[in-house]
Order: sequence, then structure tokens, then C-alpha cells
Amino acid sequence: MSNYRIQGTTGEWEVVIGLEVHAQVTSNAKLFSGAATAFGAEPNAQVSLVDAAMPGMLPVPNRECIRQAVRTGMAIEAQINAWSRFDRKNYFYADLPQGYQISQLYHPIVGEGSLLIEADEKAGIAEDKVIGIERIHVEQDAGKLMHDQHPTMSYVDLNRSGVALMEIVSRPDMRSPAEAGAYLRKLRAILRYVGSCDGNMEEGSMRADVNVSVRKAGEPFGTRTETKNVNSVRFVMQAIEHEAMRQVDVLESGGKIVQETRLFDPGTGTTRTMRSKEDAHDYRYFPDPDLLPLVLEDDFLAECRASLPELPDAKRKRYVEVLGLTPYNARELTAEVETFARFETLLSETAKATGKGDADVATQVANWSLSVAPGVLKALGDEGDPANATAAAQASILAMADKAEISGGQAKEIFEIVLKTGRDPAEIAEAEGLKQVSDTGAIEAAVDAIIAANADKVEQYRAGKEALFGFFVGQTMKAMQGKANPQLVNQLLKGKLG
Amino acid sequence: MTDLTSLGVKDIRDGVAKGDFTAREVATSFNAAVAEAAHLNAFIVTTPDHALAAADKVDAARAAGEALGRMAGVPIGMKDLFATNGVQTTAASHILEGFTPRYESTVSQKLWDAGAGMLGKLNLDQFAMGSSNETSFFGNVTSPWKKAGSNAAMSPGGSSGGSSAAVAARIAPAATGTDTGGSIRQPAAFTGICGIKPTYGRCSRWGIVAFASSLDQAGPMARSVEDCAIMLGAMAGFDPKDATSLQMDVPDWEAALNSDLRGKKVGIPREYRMEGTDQAILESWEQGKAWLRDAGAEIVDVSLPHTKYALPAYYIVAPAEASSNLARYDGVRYGLRDLPEGVGLQDMYAATRAAGFGDEVKRRILIGTYVLSAGFYDAYYTQAQKVRALVARDFALAFEQCDVILAPTTPTASFPLGSMNEDPLTMYLNDVFAVPASLAGLPAMSVPATINADGLPLGLQLVGKPFDEQGVLNAGLAIQQRAGFTAKPEKWW
Repeated sequence: MSNYRIQGTTGEWEVVIGLEVHAQVTSNAKLFSGAATAFGAEPNAQVSLVDAAMPGMLPVPNRECIRQAVRTGMAIEAQINAWSRFDRKNYFYADLPQGYQISQLYHPIVGEGSLLIEADEKAGIAEDKVIGIERIHVEQDAGKLMHDQHPTMSYVDLNRSGVALMEIVSRPDMRSPAEAGAYLRKLRAILRYVGSCDGNMEEGSMRADVNVSVRKAGEPFGTRTETKNVNSVRFVMQAIEHEAMRQVDVLESGGKIVQETRLFDPGTGTTRTMRSKEDAHDYRYFPDPDLLPLVLEDDFLAECRASLPELPDAKRKRYVEVLGLTPYNARELTAEVETFARFETLLSETAKATGKGDADVATQVANWSLSVAPGVLKALGDEGDPANATAAAQASILAMADKAEISGGQAKEIFEIVLKTGRDPAEIAEAEGLKQVSDTGAIEAAVDAIIAANADKVEQYRAGKEALFGFFVGQTMKAMQGKANPQLVNQLLKGKLG
Repeated sequence: MTDLTSLGVKDIRDGVAKGDFTAREVATSFNAAVAEAAHLNAFIVTTPDHALAAADKVDAARAAGEALGRMAGVPIGMKDLFATNGVQTTAASHILEGFTPRYESTVSQKLWDAGAGMLGKLNLDQFAMGSSNETSFFGNVTSPWKKAGSNAAMSPGGSSGGSSAAVAARIAPAATGTDTGGSIRQPAAFTGICGIKPTYGRCSRWGIVAFASSLDQAGPMARSVEDCAIMLGAMAGFDPKDATSLQMDVPDWEAALNSDLRGKKVGIPREYRMEGTDQAILESWEQGKAWLRDAGAEIVDVSLPHTKYALPAYYIVAPAEASSNLARYDGVRYGLRDLPEGVGLQDMYAATRAAGFGDEVKRRILIGTYVLSAGFYDAYYTQAQKVRALVARDFALAFEQCDVILAPTTPTASFPLGSMNEDPLTMYLNDVFAVPASLAGLPAMSVPATINADGLPLGLQLVGKPFDEQGVLNAGLAIQQRAGFTAKPEKWW
């Protein structure tokens, strides 16, 4: 249960949130035409005759877009509809060449599924929570109007016209901005794991329509508003917060919430009316007669399933249960595709370099990946070149540490030099004398000398003043110029001091 | 020398192949005939150079001993609903006046690949909406036929009225048509020629200006069943650019033509005996039965009980699809743009579409918009789709008892232009026998049967099982052989 509440003058209000996420399908070609989809092309450079709705042009579904939608559905363990159909949503606008958007209203390709958001105290999410996903359907994106090119005319760029989108519709299951943020981040991670959407919100590859209503505890859902096209996690959270407060203000001052479409202004963090229900279009949805129902064969579905990678929840579980990582580390490492990819590469390189199993070095690699290495990188700033931080170099450092050839401090120092110069870590350790002495004889000699020189302290220690142990360690390390293997020093001192 | 314009597809193709005449001679003759026939208003634009260039290619190929295509040397008329690369394509509308596509429809490309050439773009009812060719922005097409004792301009039927008029007047040996609810068959019947609408999906719709996507089918219009079989063979075939295209081989319909109908059953649908049908048409239907019986077929009664609901269902489904298909003509990217000084986007849409569409097109857009509106959708569109399924089921059940269905093509012969414009519903009724096969997506053909007391042609319609164009063509051939239809319009133009 979320304990997020809005304090009004009449008491506490609960916020009810549902999200419709539009995710651009990763595909080289548009949903119903062969035109390319790359971001940032010259206006109207990626427009086919179909996208421009020339007379007599017909849509033909792009198999890869369908495949990605199905794989996404499978990743949220949703029902996959082997029979689905495309509908036309009719309205006039200059960025919509056909005069209709091909979408799926009545029979979407993906039905009920769900997604887990994890407890995160820092973010204010007390416990794990399952968010229902009502459906995923595929549809065409529209073009873009440019109003700043000419004093009295608008220009149209149809590059996005016909690009495939997945609309992922959640249940109204979220109760706080934090939950909505966690849902979006998790959804984005899943899409990126699956490879069905690059999740790039800045480039518009992913954007959300935010449905918000408020109610007093135990009451039925209130009237909702829909804030369109919000394009970052932070903005979604802001929009919810602002909109919920606005609704509470309206209700508490005796007003009514109007079901309407609103716009988010990132500059002020507020929402404002775009159009009310009375001006709502009648979209005259009907089955697109240019397209036959979409029937998915068993072979196709089997291929989709077989091609799914290990997904965030499964990976997190494996990191904890098999690799023995802490839940925190597991969550951090699995949150982003790049993070787990770097971790897993380094893990396997390190296991190879040490000759040990993954689980034996996983904690060490995780700590290195999450705190040590980022710390060094950050401290170096512009002086370090992250490109020098190859998996091989880092694995070599981790393996030296694992074999106790270098200390933790030396590992950092070596990594610093690697980042600055790209030199080989083993060579650095040799050349810069950044190795710890694990030669028992040398350490033993130093220990003996120190014991001999500090007979009084030995006496006190043996009499029970155990705190003096640190003194002996310090003295030994000093004698060894800090390069002695601390474990060996401890071990030898314990033995000799008795 | 033979008057080359009296020849049909087969005779031209075979004559060119044998060297009886050159393709250029044929093209030249038809170009001249087209030029003389401006009074028919059958063409919106003529393309004599296209016809000549295609002919020269065929003559050169023949001289080089190369294999010739199945339409080699045949100049044809192209209904102006097919996009033709570099040639104005208007759908007979003002809104597309001057629009010149940089692409070629699949069907026309296949015809050029088969060795055909183009005489010009044929007039039609605007956006293929009409049954008399009176809705064209470029003026009515006048039928070459005259009612005995009258000089009134007669309707060539519609929407493929330019096609039917040109073929009947022998200014084109054949023409393409499209049929959404009878637009090939009704004009063929009105002008004493043959026309076949194949099974939905046989001919690619890619590059054909859409009217009602789930119904639109291209087909040939020509003066004989054989010519239709040849030309359909050149037009049909799977097209990956049309998602509703049939992924099936195209049979060699010409080679398999066979008018021996022994062992075949011909169904006579009792519900097609409708009030308002001309007595002469009913008599020709009886005659048709006799001819098919004579060809060896057994005549059986069948029932298509939902026939009377087909026309109303059609006039919901087709306008619904059209209202959406025609939304793209908005003045933004091509075609007419009417942008009054100082107005916004919505006003530009309104002005452009008000000026660019004719009354009948507007009527159907309004009907279609209405039936898809929230609150009316289930009562109209959903209900019409149910009726459509029932009509299709009627045919499926009937075809358990017969191989092909024989019916009139139209309830009346051609009528004078302007005589049916009072009430659009009476015009719509002219397609009452044609529409059911369209709703069911079945192959259907009209063949000339006889001349009525006014000297006007009457057609008989054959409807076949899905994909059985052969059965339709064979029964059509049996009728053609027995009807001995040789009447042709007196040249007055």
C-alpha cells in the first residue's frame, strides 16, 4: 500500500494513476511501409508513397514490428492474441496524411499482462507491487508540424508518419508519483532488455499519457484527466503531483473535475487544458478494410518466445540466488541494459582471469562495478579516458587483487593509471612497484624485528591489551612500506604474538 | 485490309503475332478512332504516344524473334482510377485534376509488361461512385447506343462508363474497369459487351484510387468472353504490396476455356425475381437458362434469402469505407487546394473538399461518416457487416447445390442521361443484382444476351464460386456462342 496522500483542507486524498506509454518499435522500417525510421533525418527524407497517403497506396504490415510487439507482450507475461485486427481512427490533421491513424481498438495484439515494481525505501515505495497492464496494441505515429518556419504558414515533416508505436496501457493501479516513476523505469528497462524500443525519451521514442484522478479513501474512482505526451520520468512525476493537487483544490472548493485532455508544461511543471470532452473527436473507428486480420502462427510465436533474453526480474533473482549478490547490488546492476552487460562481461573475464567460478568472484566484481570503478572515474574527471577501462584491463586488476598480489588501494591506483594512459595493469603493477609483498619470509623477518624491538608492548598485549594488535600491524606495514599483504601480516602476527 | 478497329484482343494479338498487320498499324487505327469520338466523352485524356510506343516495342520484339506477351500489340483504354506514371490520374474528380503520379498501378504495369499500350485515361463516375457516368467532373459519358426512334443521349452505365462506351463504340478493343458494387458488370450490360469482376484479391488494388477497399476489384471489359479471359490473365496475380491480394497462382483461363457444361449445375436464385424488373430482362433470363441447358448444364433452383438486404448493406459498408478512404484528399500534399485568404487549416479542408468533390461523392462521404459515428455504428455498420456475412453464407450454401449462378445483370436496360437523377435511390437500385456478388467477393461476369424492343442491349450475369473464374468464363462462353450477339451501335459520333 502506498501511503502517499495529498493533504487537503477536508482530509487526505488518494491519487489514482494509469499510464498509456507510447513506445517506438525498434525497426529499420515503418509499420506499413518500407520507409526508414532513423531519428534526425532531414525533414521529409524518410517518406514513402504510402506514408504520404498518395492515391491508391496501400499499407502492408511490417513483420518485424509485429514481432517486437509480441516479444514485448511475452516479456510482461501477457496474453498474446493470435488473432488481432487493425482499425482506423479517423480525424483530420495536417500531420496525418491518410486522414486516419491505423491502430488497434477492438482487438489488440497483446492482452492482459503485468509488471513488478520493487520496494525502494529511498523512493518511498514500501513494498513490491504488481502493476496490471491492460493491453498493448500497435499503431502508426503521425508526422510533425513546424510552425516556426514561415510567418503565416505551417510546414509538415512526415518522417515520423507511419513509424510503428506500441501503446502500452496500464491499469489504474499506481497510487503515487514514485510508483508511476518506478513503473516507467521498469517498463523502459524491459523494453530495452527485449530490444523492442530504445527507450530514448528525449528523442521521443517513449512518451506517456498520464491519467490521474483523486478520491477519498474507500470511495470509487474519481473523474480522471489525461495529460498528453509527457516525455520524461521526472516530468511524469511532476505532472501527477501537480494534477492531483489541482484536482484536490478544485474538489475542495466545491468544483467538479471535467474529463478532459491536458498538456504538461515542463517550464512550469504544471498542466493546462488542451480540449474538453465536449470538443472530443468522434474517431469513427472501424476495421481497416485494406488489411486482413493479423493471424500469428505457432512457429512465429515460438520464435518470438525463444528469442527473448533473460528479463530484469529473472536476472535480479539469479544475481541474488546464484551469484550471491546483495539484493541492493542485484537491483542496481539489473536496472539498465548497459549496466548488466558491462557487469556480466567483466564477471566472465574476471572468472577466466582468476580461474574461479562466477559466483566466487561476483561480489568482488559487483563492488568494483558499482562503487570502486565509478569512484575512481569520477575522481579523475576529465583526466581519465573511460575508453581505457576495458573489461580485460579491469579483470586483470581484479584478478591481481583476488590473488592478493595487490591491495585494494593498489587496485585503485593501478586503475587510475590505466584510465589516464591505457597501459597494461600487470605492467603498471610491476613498473610502479604497486604490488604487495606476499613473501612470508620477508614479512616474518619484519614481524620478528618489531616483536624484538617492542618487548614491552608484546608483554602488555599478551596480558590482555588486545587493542595493541593494531599497533603491531601498523609497525609491520610501515616496515614493509605499506606493500605487505595485510592478511599475511595479521596471520603472522597472531601466530607470533600467541 | 480489315478495319483493325473491328478486332478484339485475341484477333489483334494473334494477327500481330502472325504478321497480318503491325502493332503500330493497330495503335494508329485506334488512336484515330479515339480522336474521332470526342462526342462520346469517353476519355479524360488521350495518350496516343503511349499506345504507339508500346506498339513499336512489340513490333521490334517480334522482328527480333522474341516471345510476345499475352496482350502484345493490343492498345487499351485505362479507367482513370488507375495511377499511371506521368499521366494525369483524376478519378474523374476536380480534387485530383492535374494530379500526375510518379508511380504505376500494379494492374496497369502488368498490362504494359504483357505488351499492351494505352490509348488514354477513360472517364468514369467520380471516384467510381455512380451507375450512369453522370457524376464525373469532366462531364457525362454518352453511350454509343441510341434508343430506337430517339436521339436522346443514353447512359453507358457506371462507374466504368468510359470503358463500356469506348469498347462498345470500337474505339478501344478492351478497357480496364473496376467493380465495387457492379461498376464493371452494369456498364457492360448497358452497352452489349462482356466484363468480369474476378474474385476479390485476384487483381492487386495497389495504385487504384480507392473507393471501398473491401469491395474494389479491377477487371477487364471487352467484346468477347475469350478477350476477357486473356486480359484478366494479364491483370491478375499476387502482389506483396496489397495485403488483401490472393496468394494463389493465376490459372491459364484462356487455355482452359470450354463451353461444354455437361455435368455442371446452374443455379437460378428465386429471390432475383424482383418487382420492377423489365419483362424483357426476365425473358432473356429464361432464354439464358435454355442456352445453358443446351450446353449440357442442369438447371436447379437455389435460394439466396438475404438478397433484399444486400443493397442496403452495401450502401452502408461502401460509403463507410469511402468516407475514410477519401479523407486523404485534403489539399495538404497534392491535388486541389482551396486556401481562402487568412483562414486556418480547418477552413482550408472545408473549402478544398467543398470545391473538389461532386455532389454524389459528398453524399456518400456524409452517409459513411454518419454510419460510423458514435451511437450509430452498431445500428448501421455492425449490422451491415452481419448482413454481408449472411449474404456470403447464402452463396456458400447455394454453391453446395450448383456450380455457377445465372441471373440478370441489371433490372433495366440503359436509360437516357438525366432521366434518373431525381432520387438517388432509384439509381442505386440499378445495381440490385450486381451488389450481392460484390459483398461476397465472388467472381461475376456480364455477357450480352439480346437486344430489347428499344434496340438496347441486355446482359446476363454469371456468378461463380470463390476463385472459380474459369467456371464463370465457361458458362459465359456457352451463352456467347448461343446468343449470337452481333448487334453494335450505329456510328453517330
